[in-house]
Amino acid sequence: MSGHATIRTYLRIFVLLAVLTLVELAVPPVGHGLGLWKSVTVTLLGVLAAWKASYVGLYYMHLKYETKLLWGVIGLPLFLVLVMVIGFLPDALH
Amino acid sequence: MSTSMPTHADPQATSWPFTPGKLGMWLFLGSDAMGFMGLIGAYMVSRIATTPWKQPGDPTFGIPLTAGMTFLLICSSVTMVMALSNAQRGNRKGLVRYLLATIAGGLIFLGLQAFEWTHLIHSGLSAAKSSYGATFFWLTGFHGAHVTSGVIYLSCICRAAGKGRYTAEDHSPVELVGLFWHFVDLVWIVIFTIVYLIPEH
Repeated sequence: MSGHATIRTYLRIFVLLAVLTLVELAVPPVGHGLGLWKSVTVTLLGVLAAWKASYVGLYYMHLKYETKLLWGVIGLPLFLVLVMVIGFLPDALH
Repeated sequence: MSTSMPTHADPQATSWPFTPGKLGMWLFLGSDAMGFMGLIGAYMVSRIATTPWKQPGDPTFGIPLTAGMTFLLICSSVTMVMALSNAQRGNRKGLVRYLLATIAGGLIFLGLQAFEWTHLIHSGLSAAKSSYGATFFWLTGFHGAHVTSGVIYLSCICRAAGKGRYTAEDHSPVELVGLFWHFVDLVWIVIFTIVYLIPEH
């Protein structure tokens, strides 16, 4: 590991995660008020969740400072699951 | 016998860029992520395929409470990285203090989840009645089981830390329990979005 991130970085990420959570809470009612399509609201929420999750993974779990080999260890199972979910979606849409 | 003989715990002494413990934890987290993704995938497919998703009489989830639970887990992730930072500096008191704060965050989260479940069950939500209830209880229950095991794991590490087991040079178990705890936080971020925030209409 690592140890590249400083306490200041950890606290900055914390503030960012808290702010993004507040934005997430505002998206559904604001989207409804503005008459946005549900798909737009869902996409926005998905982007915000991915943004938050990536900060936890990169900084708190120190993935930003890890080797490509470790990224492969984590990435392969996640890729396989993504393939599975995409494979099942057509059934759901029918 | 040379004292510089490579050991399993020292990645610098071998060609591996990380310790076996870290590789093992990441392999576990990768397979655990597959389990979570299976449940999340089942939730998404059920939700898309079932109309209406929420049956008449099904209670609505409390967003303010779960937003508070989300904030709590984020706070506990910060206390966890602070614990690791103290371990790296060899500060035993700081390490124990931040580990205890992380454990407290996990326990409060579990208490709030128990409160939420009790309220929803009394309001008529059932795992047997609808996909809405079944997927909710499976997904949040599976995550709650991880928080519980995380609290137990943290408690064991905290006990060892209190006894002075970890030093600035040797604190790998603190890093590993941190990986597990942050994973639990990361998964909740996804669950909070897809179960609680995505509107039905």
